[in-house]
Amino acid sequence: MKKEIVNELKTRFPALSRNEGTARAIAAAFAMQRDPTVKEIAAVKTAVSEAVTNSIDHGYRDREGFVEMTLRLFSDGTLAVHIKDKGAGIENVGEAMRPTFTTAPAEEEHSGLGFTIMESFTDKLRVRSAVGRGTDVYMEIKLKGKLPPDTEDTRDA
Amino acid sequence: MLKIYNDGGRITAAITGDIDHHAARELRSALDEIIFSSRPDTLILDLEGVGFMDSSGVGLVLGRMKAVKAYGGRLILKNVGSDTAEVLRLSGLSRLIAENRTAAKN
Repeated sequence: MKKEIVNELKTRFPALSRNEGTARAIAAAFAMQRDPTVKEIAAVKTAVSEAVTNSIDHGYRDREGFVEMTLRLFSDGTLAVHIKDKGAGIENVGEAMRPTFTTAPAEEEHSGLGFTIMESFTDKLRVRSAVGRGTDVYMEIKLKGKLPPDTEDTRDA
Repeated sequence: MLKIYNDGGRITAAITGDIDHHAARELRSALDEIIFSSRPDTLILDLEGVGFMDSSGVGLVLGRMKAVKAYGGRLILKNVGSDTAEVLRLSGLSRLIAENRTAAKN
């Protein structure tokens, strides 16, 4: 069966740390239409939180800007989360994805586990980044909840 | 948010709300104030009221653990939910969990 997009939501918000919780809540609410398990919702919230925090705390550490989060739900239950920023970017993505790697000063006590946790809570993770241009994190989480067959959306003509 | 229960050498800090990058900064300074003013033998972080924690919470726990350890104290995590436990497990901090939420209910 071909995967089709069932629903899509795009949000854009300024890089303020209070929006980390907002982004988690939006992603969790979007995932609810698939009737996910508590564990699946926790995975969505955690993965989103890590990616958005990276954008805000790393990407926009020394500049202002916006984070863009696009959520897509596919017919097979896959939730795709795409988080993009136009911030500082990551010099070496491979190195950044290693556990405990951090560019933050020691007194901020970053665990350096952001990507490790994203990887663990998602079924697919792809990170693209260019220094000075921004970072693009794409994640997929398979929601096993069933979409009832009679929930075909009605559309305005 | 943070509520403190002081029982001599043992101090329990009950945290409520999400522990993310946004909340961590305030929690860090509030906890450090307690640590440096009271130097408890045991600092218990009660996570009963924590619905969400990510890697910023791991940093918070690690930093407090080091601060308490530096003078010979210890840090314990109590009432850890299953999702938070998973984040802690990935961070290699499972050993700090004294009792989990399910066990506490029995």
